[in-house]
Amino acid sequence: MKSLQPADPSGVLTGVHFLDGDYACCEGALAAGARFAAGYPITPSTEVVERFASRIPKIGGTFIQMEDELAASITILGAAWGGAKVFTVTSGPGFSLMMEHIGYAFMTETPCVFVDVQRGGPSTGLPTLPAQGDMMQARWGSHGDYEVIALCPNSPQECFDLTIRAFNLAEQFRTPVMFMMDECVGHMTEKVVIPPADQIEIFPRRWTSLPPSEYKPFEPGEDLVPDMAPSGEGYRFHMTGLTHDERGYPAMNPESQDRLIKRLQAKIRNAADQLTMVEEEGTSDADVIVVSYGITSRVAQRAIEMARAKGLRVGKLRLIAAWPFPSAKVRALAAHTKAFVVPELNLGQMVGEVERAAAGVARVVSVPHAGGTVHRPEVILEAIEGAAK
Amino acid sequence: MTETGLHILENPIEPFLRMDRMPHIWCAGCGIGTTVNCFARSLLDCGLPLDKVAIVSGIGCSGRVAGYVNLDSFHTTHGRAIPFATGLKLANPSLNVVVYSGDGDLTAIGGNHLIHAARRNVDIKVICVNNLIYAMTGGQSGPTTPLTATTSTSPYGAYEPSFNLPQLADAAGAVYVARWTTFHVRQLTRSMGEIFRKKGFCFIEVLSPCPTLYERRNKLGEGLDTMRYYKLKSKIHNGISTSETALGMRDEIVVGKFVDRDRQDYRDLLRKQMMSQLGPEYVEAPTCVCD
Repeated sequence: MKSLQPADPSGVLTGVHFLDGDYACCEGALAAGARFAAGYPITPSTEVVERFASRIPKIGGTFIQMEDELAASITILGAAWGGAKVFTVTSGPGFSLMMEHIGYAFMTETPCVFVDVQRGGPSTGLPTLPAQGDMMQARWGSHGDYEVIALCPNSPQECFDLTIRAFNLAEQFRTPVMFMMDECVGHMTEKVVIPPADQIEIFPRRWTSLPPSEYKPFEPGEDLVPDMAPSGEGYRFHMTGLTHDERGYPAMNPESQDRLIKRLQAKIRNAADQLTMVEEEGTSDADVIVVSYGITSRVAQRAIEMARAKGLRVGKLRLIAAWPFPSAKVRALAAHTKAFVVPELNLGQMVGEVERAAAGVARVVSVPHAGGTVHRPEVILEAIEGAAK
Repeated sequence: MTETGLHILENPIEPFLRMDRMPHIWCAGCGIGTTVNCFARSLLDCGLPLDKVAIVSGIGCSGRVAGYVNLDSFHTTHGRAIPFATGLKLANPSLNVVVYSGDGDLTAIGGNHLIHAARRNVDIKVICVNNLIYAMTGGQSGPTTPLTATTSTSPYGAYEPSFNLPQLADAAGAVYVARWTTFHVRQLTRSMGEIFRKKGFCFIEVLSPCPTLYERRNKLGEGLDTMRYYKLKSKIHNGISTSETALGMRDEIVVGKFVDRDRQDYRDLLRKQMMSQLGPEYVEAPTCVCD
């Protein structure tokens, strides 16, 4: 296991800032060591790469605006194999086009971060207005069986902090990490504190320590993650999106498929404890627990306070990592609460996961919203009151 | 010396191939292997350090080339070899990056990436093996299929006009454009060597037989008959305008080096613009970000 290293100070804008979530995400990427981004303009996410395009020539790195999101999402993967830490940024329609390369990145174990600043959908939908309708797409949008890590910031500060975490997890697990913002978080401006570089921990690229003669590009370590070899250094490795063996050679048979896909799944599932990230408050004696994420968690906070003022015992469970879903946590809470209330800016996506984990032990109440604005706190309050009865 | 007293000579390009992956998947009479032979010879001749050559392929029969050559090799998604190569080259400019793929992959599903990489003049080398159809999937028509040709999805003959690929690459800005056939092994080898000495976006189209799916369905004989056709009907016209290089059904084939010009490449243009605006504040991207 590689040890964490301090951040490269050239990318760290240490200080106290007043930034929107999109800009804070860009600063998080730079602090995390991202030196290559490819993008295609799309509201409400473009500010992330606009800032990157402005900042990177003074730091040393590359921004390239591609001809479409298909191109952007694989240009970063080429750059990752070229040695860079990489990301791309988009919103719903572009996220749809990037699905192919989320699967490819998973299959080829390419470390990368996909930022999705969610807006109303489907299709062109509401380009300038918020939604959280891509949560299942982030999990299941590419074909085949795969696992993702997805983080959901609810403030510009978290856009900074969690972007660094997203890059570190991408490198540690050699996997694409989804960074699921929403239009409100992306465009909300708040205080963002950026610490000194030596207080930011960075997971470095997992370069192999083996010589070319002993190296196999997809031979996993104890944590089921293989180390990478740098391009152009004589390793002469092969990689492919086809099902492959430890050498990276195509292996078109059910045994190889079973071995590879189960390892790729297990390297993330086995680390569920490390990857689960929730904010929990007041759940131990709660009759109702509100489960929320992203901007909706801030509206839910208001509803929770209103309900408590009326004497109700309400707990809060915020999903900071939506995927892997914290099933064990929800299952444990279900044993001593009456109900979960799940407001989301979609017509019911993560609520299905809550239901699955609660498994009928506690009631689960969806508070759907088609997007375009946030919930009114009163609507969530009403659901809490109904669930508490 | 074997027991029978015969000398077994090593094929000079064997060190260039992943022999542990042989036999390859290509059919008897297919021309892709011939192009790989030319590629290997051009690389061995031009003396580039092979550790610094990376090959990127898309999907299809020609897309399998990356898997057979003993280089850093990347088998990407359908149509996206060029943008992958763009990222690889820009992140690690010390690499010589070659895209090796087929006509369907590069010019249909990947057509947008082809023209934009040529426009940007990214320093990558594209070798497009054109067998006039989608072969891996069973011989469907594509943007290069000649008018009237029968394919599995044009059972009554193709009626869509086809691309003139040299003209497309030329118009989009490629600094080097050539077309050869698998009959022209010496010229093709020379062209492949030339593009490694040329900075910027280079494009070589290689016409190649697909006896299994194209020739058979069009009653054009075996691979060898197509080689005979290439021999008899090809005309070398170096420097001819690419407006004169369109292909038709079993018509004359114009081959040659059509474009060889100099333009500043992507990184030159980037550096120039940044220096003019930022001066000493500009920090060029590192050549390799390896720790």
